[in-house]
Amino acid sequence: MKFTEPASANPIDRMTVVGRPHDRIDGPRKTTGTAAYAYERHAEAPNAAYGWIIGAAIAKGRIRSMNLDDARGAPGVLGIVTAAEAGKLNKGNFNTAKLLGGPEIDHYHQAVAIVIAESFEQARAAAGLVRIDYDRAKGQYDLDEALKTAPLTGGEEGKPGKEDRTGSFESAFGAAPVKLDAEYTTPDHSHAMMEPFASLAIWEGDQLTVWTSNQMIAWGRGDLAKTLGMPKEKVRLISPYVGGGFGGKLFLRTDAVMAALGAKAVGRPVKVAMQRPLMANNATHRPATTQRIRIGATKDGAIQAIAHESGSGDQPGGGPETAVNQTKLLYAGPNRLTAMRLAVLNLPEGNAMRAPGEAPGMMALEIAMDEMAEKLGMDPVAFRVKNDTQVDPEKPDRRFSQRQLVRCLEEGAQRFGWSQRNARPAQVRDGRWLVGMGVAAAFRNHMNMKSGARVTLNKDGRVVVETDMTDIGTGSYTIIAQTAAEMMGVPMDAVDVRLGDSDYPVSAGSGGQFGAANATAGVYAACVKLREAVAQRLGFNSADLNFADGQVTGGNRSVALRDAVASGPLTAEDRIEFGDLDKTWQLSTFGAHFVEVGVDAYTGVTRLRRMLAVCAAGRILNPKAARSQMIGAMTMGVGSALMEELAVDKRFGFFVNHDLAGYEVPVHADIPHQEVIFLEEADDKANPMKAKGVGELGLCGVGAAVANAVYNATGVRIRDYPLTLEKHLDRLPAIV
Amino acid sequence: MAASAPAEAQTQRSTMPADPPAMPVTLKVNGKPRTLSLDPRTTLLDSLREHLHLTGTKKGCDHGQCGACTVLVNGERINSCLSLALQHDGDSITTIEGLGTPEKLHPMQAAFVRHDGYQCGYCTPGQICSAVAVLDEIKRGVPSHVQADLTAKPQASGMEMRERMSGNICRCGAYSNIADAMGEVAGADVAGAKA
Repeated sequence: MKFTEPASANPIDRMTVVGRPHDRIDGPRKTTGTAAYAYERHAEAPNAAYGWIIGAAIAKGRIRSMNLDDARGAPGVLGIVTAAEAGKLNKGNFNTAKLLGGPEIDHYHQAVAIVIAESFEQARAAAGLVRIDYDRAKGQYDLDEALKTAPLTGGEEGKPGKEDRTGSFESAFGAAPVKLDAEYTTPDHSHAMMEPFASLAIWEGDQLTVWTSNQMIAWGRGDLAKTLGMPKEKVRLISPYVGGGFGGKLFLRTDAVMAALGAKAVGRPVKVAMQRPLMANNATHRPATTQRIRIGATKDGAIQAIAHESGSGDQPGGGPETAVNQTKLLYAGPNRLTAMRLAVLNLPEGNAMRAPGEAPGMMALEIAMDEMAEKLGMDPVAFRVKNDTQVDPEKPDRRFSQRQLVRCLEEGAQRFGWSQRNARPAQVRDGRWLVGMGVAAAFRNHMNMKSGARVTLNKDGRVVVETDMTDIGTGSYTIIAQTAAEMMGVPMDAVDVRLGDSDYPVSAGSGGQFGAANATAGVYAACVKLREAVAQRLGFNSADLNFADGQVTGGNRSVALRDAVASGPLTAEDRIEFGDLDKTWQLSTFGAHFVEVGVDAYTGVTRLRRMLAVCAAGRILNPKAARSQMIGAMTMGVGSALMEELAVDKRFGFFVNHDLAGYEVPVHADIPHQEVIFLEEADDKANPMKAKGVGELGLCGVGAAVANAVYNATGVRIRDYPLTLEKHLDRLPAIV
Repeated sequence: MAASAPAEAQTQRSTMPADPPAMPVTLKVNGKPRTLSLDPRTTLLDSLREHLHLTGTKKGCDHGQCGACTVLVNGERINSCLSLALQHDGDSITTIEGLGTPEKLHPMQAAFVRHDGYQCGYCTPGQICSAVAVLDEIKRGVPSHVQADLTAKPQASGMEMRERMSGNICRCGAYSNIADAMGEVAGADVAGAKA
């Protein structure tokens, strides 16, 4: 099904199942420990051997020699695979740095070997006996230093980079009566998902099956085949449960490659889970940014000029953190400039982490908006409302398909009690707490992705949906079941959903908050085909049929759905594809974050007191699961505001705090009760589900809302994340 | 450790260590006695996951930093990655599988489903084991860091539960929902807690 025109009325609009806060259908398994993840496949591989990954101890250079003799002779060891043993490996299309290092090393903790043994304990002990001699080379690990000579990005292939300009920024900024010119920094962030990278590889002849933990099955399958130099038809990836990804599991990672190489080397299944202390440096991370924002406005707060420039670094051949993107679309203003610089660093590979670009970009932009509002003497909600735009500011004849940012801000302000905020900072006390409120806009684009599914109506009346879509905690199982139930007119418990298997039709996968809307639209397309097949079997001529309560009704004739499969099951497969509606219209999601904090007047410690998000993101397929996406993202946003930072060792080129003790993420005590409100919407320009994404929207802007609340509490503006106490302690209001 | 690993490794050959001899241990797991012969280096966590195939207990970090491996030992919660199986000879272990099944959920498991107290599900068994133990600790009067009066009987308040649950990381960020689920089981309103 090609989606080329805005959606008309369709069976989803009934919202008898879709749009309801159904409990997750995978919940009983997840809460009882009976949902089996990649490393937990005893039934499929009762004789699996254990792998232990060894990471490089230098950031850049060469392996001079490896002494594997002691390890090979250690008890229980079945084999060791290094680059020398593995032979020629290709690099996956989605990988910047190769997944098995040696002799050249590209980054610290790059995998250089896997030790395989009968038991986990033996593999671990033997790995300690591997001796590696390195030649350490000089590398660049200092972003500030590297940005001094870093080129602009954004040019065409092979051409120099460029700035994106509309109007004349410099002259308008120069002439503006009120202006801001400030620099903000965000540090490197780690996904820190709870399930480590894990894979179990099984070879049967030249056929490879890998149980793994991956967000994008088709990408992973293609890149594993490419890496190993084999046809992708010979590779099967299975990933029914994914213990968190946040972008870290978008791509093929070394666990799958090493398990496959190891299993081949020892002639039996091998499973490997990456040791937690390797994860931050072995895998990808969200790159640090340095951002400069300039805003010029009239005295009554109309933005005349806005510029957002960002610099970040990555491995050779990598890409920038696109932190300026939202600034192209979020606020009005005739004169605009955005630009990015990309430095080459020899730190581990930078890549997508939840809301890549917008997450750090909004952290900076939405502080800048707060600062600008203060300079103007305007309320920060009113300043944002004044600069709303219903069109793409760079291409004013291109409208947003739906944009209710103003309503999000105003309803949020009303519900949060924003009018109680004292605009003068450091005025409100509650015992030892300095209390402040902050606001920020939330903004994230919606993306169209092709997505396929196969739907079967069985003789027992049950509907089976198969797609390689993954559920990474997002609720895919449940919303796909809701979609099929709504389309086929059957109850939720008559639908079986099978996900995460490369034997199933290729879906959008999970990433970029594009999963829910596109994957369910793919299921919708397959269900439309299945309805046609049902109608044909039942002898209906009209296309105008109602599928409800297990009955198919057309005109004055009503037949049981099961009658259509009396002679055998029916299967339909289709996918959703898209025309250019997303070029005609700008498809985006919006929200407003409101936060109240207390800052301890004595210690400078910040504690969250209240959080509210109001969102407008198209049709909400399941308000319960969508709310969880929001609060989870808000929690991650609190982390990025207050604690998360990969500390760079600029001498030796690695992230120092590379485990869950050193890399601090929010815990229960850090997070207050969170409120989320979804405005009623249905975006007919997006897809037949009329849905967009929410999974990343919740992260965009919330960090700045926290930072603005801290400023409102203390009167000390911090522009370098995270807002740890030493950054304002010496400037807090006097205690007596 | 790894961060400070020397770049120039020694090349001389060391004496080959032999495997330590296997040792017997009997654990009472979810009510049933289970006797195992284990490499003494085997953690309680790996004995459950790899030897008894009770994979509901999760390995998130193997270093006692995340809480995903939380189980109940003689009624008290511990990180099962931080103790060796041999230390638990004769102990009663309750894992997530021992609390309830998909067909017959424990009240805390049911509350997690109702309140969507999870997303990816990987930390969930540890959260639920911890949550069950926390309510028991509060009932038994075990004090916590956030109690204003250490000698008073602790209450099942939002802040009290959040503090006690803080050893169980949920990167998906289901904390607010987990608090609601625990509050429902404890019969408490958790929404009002402030810093």
